[in-house]
Amino acid sequence: MFEPYLYSAPALLLVAATTLVPIVIGISYAFRNIMLLDPTSGGFVGLDNFRELLRDASFWNALKNTVVWTASCVGFQFLFGLILALMLNRPFPGRALIQATIFLPWAIPTFLVGMNWSWLLNPAIGPLPHWAYALGLMNAPDNILSDPDYALWGPIFAGIWWGTPFFAITLLAALQSIPREIYEAAEIDGAGGLERFRSITLPFLAPTMVITVLLRTIWVANSPELIVVMTKGGPADASQIVASYVFTQAYQGLNFGYASAVATALVLLLLIYAFLLIAIRQAMLGRR
Amino acid sequence: MRGSPRVRLVKWSLHYGVLLLFVVAALFPLYWLVKISLTPNDSLYTHSIDLWPATISLEHYATVIGNSDFLLFFRNSVIVSGVTAIASTLLAAASGYAFSRFVFRGRYWIVGVMLVTQMFPLVIVITPIFSIFGPLGLTNSLMGLIIIYTAFNIPFATFLMQSFFDGIPKELEEAAMIDGATRFKALLQIIAPLTLPGIAATMGFCFTGAWGEILFALLLNSAASTSTFPVGLLLYSTRATIEFGPMMAAGVLALLPVCIFFFLIQRYLVQGLTAGAVKG
Repeated sequence: MFEPYLYSAPALLLVAATTLVPIVIGISYAFRNIMLLDPTSGGFVGLDNFRELLRDASFWNALKNTVVWTASCVGFQFLFGLILALMLNRPFPGRALIQATIFLPWAIPTFLVGMNWSWLLNPAIGPLPHWAYALGLMNAPDNILSDPDYALWGPIFAGIWWGTPFFAITLLAALQSIPREIYEAAEIDGAGGLERFRSITLPFLAPTMVITVLLRTIWVANSPELIVVMTKGGPADASQIVASYVFTQAYQGLNFGYASAVATALVLLLLIYAFLLIAIRQAMLGRR
Repeated sequence: MRGSPRVRLVKWSLHYGVLLLFVVAALFPLYWLVKISLTPNDSLYTHSIDLWPATISLEHYATVIGNSDFLLFFRNSVIVSGVTAIASTLLAAASGYAFSRFVFRGRYWIVGVMLVTQMFPLVIVITPIFSIFGPLGLTNSLMGLIIIYTAFNIPFATFLMQSFFDGIPKELEEAAMIDGATRFKALLQIIAPLTLPGIAATMGFCFTGAWGEILFALLLNSAASTSTFPVGLLLYSTRATIEFGPMMAAGVLALLPVCIFFFLIQRYLVQGLTAGAVKG
């Protein structure tokens, strides 16, 4: 039986050639001295790139920013998404239209989300700095994207705006799969609204919540687009996360060897994260 | 919601009030984009934070459409996204069909590999792909982007197509095969027409994915002649003298195909695609 292989081979070969092979090559670059535009480079340097990495203050800062970026984005996306999903779960007049409108940000291409928010935050053209100034949140209507202390929050706002509908969709689908009869039975038994939420909704929703948050964490940590578009990691690497640091190293620095070493470090960190999660899951399952 | 009429009224006002906040938050950035794009230059900076434009004009749209660079970027993006959508949907339909209809050795591993590629940080393949594509003449070429985007779309598109095939009874093509048709012929003539909505949805996803991609487009295609719309817009925004009006008009134009697609499929999204939508 070779028929299934015929059907799946073209897709599989293309995926292997453009992702699996480059991943292996990319990891090998991390141990070489590869500078674009420099034909004499390319020698094997062992762990030199990684030694440089450990001394690189920008990398450690990017690592710290990755945690802030991922936790803030995913945390707020989840919180707002859960509120939305709970509110959209019961029928009411106008629900279809409100739902379509609220989900719209998810369809906007990331680069445009980034550009749109950098315009909103730009005092020359956007209202947000003026509003923040009028409310006393800022001392002057400045652009937070050029403030090293707050620049990362620009992409975070954009990321929350863009990613909230995704959580709302996923959680809403999970909510709608809870059998209505359970709620009715609980109501007959005299359970109040909060009680029903705690003892029915939460336990039913928990598996979807955990899986979505975990996968989303990896995806958000890996996504440098909003930062590349809005701040390019600046000013002076202040808003750089590890993923955007790899990109700017490769794009501006043309230092492919070092960029690959940073990318490899990112992969290792994500693997550690994944293993920790699996370990925690096993421990929790074992306790039951 | 139960309780006395007054309590009910308060509950519903609260419900609609909070939802209204979300609606405003979702729409405001897009409204601002459209507003600036319609505000003529003479009041653009003097009244930049007025909620309504004092006067409306299409002058920025005329500037964008009259600008040959933007037309070129638009054309490049349409070619890249269109070909990507067709190619990835065809390949994904074939592999999705295999996963739906056959149990075969290695199936488990192939699915695993496809899932892993979805979880890997894309940035790690940026440098090797640049080095591989350079000598092959695939940098500064639309073909290079098409190959990359097609490959990146395939795993998700495959899972999507598989779920559509799973919804069609096996007996249909088995009956045709008993009548003497080959499986391939049964697939083309009987199964494919039934999955047309699924094919359209998959093509839409691949199109919008390719339409918005910026990292590879920036790195691989530095020449203006092969820049896609996102790259053109981003480079335009970093010039010394920025003209916000035309830039936002261009942004609105970039939004159009995506919004059309979104309103066609959004109902369908919540119903059926949530299981596979984890990638975002």
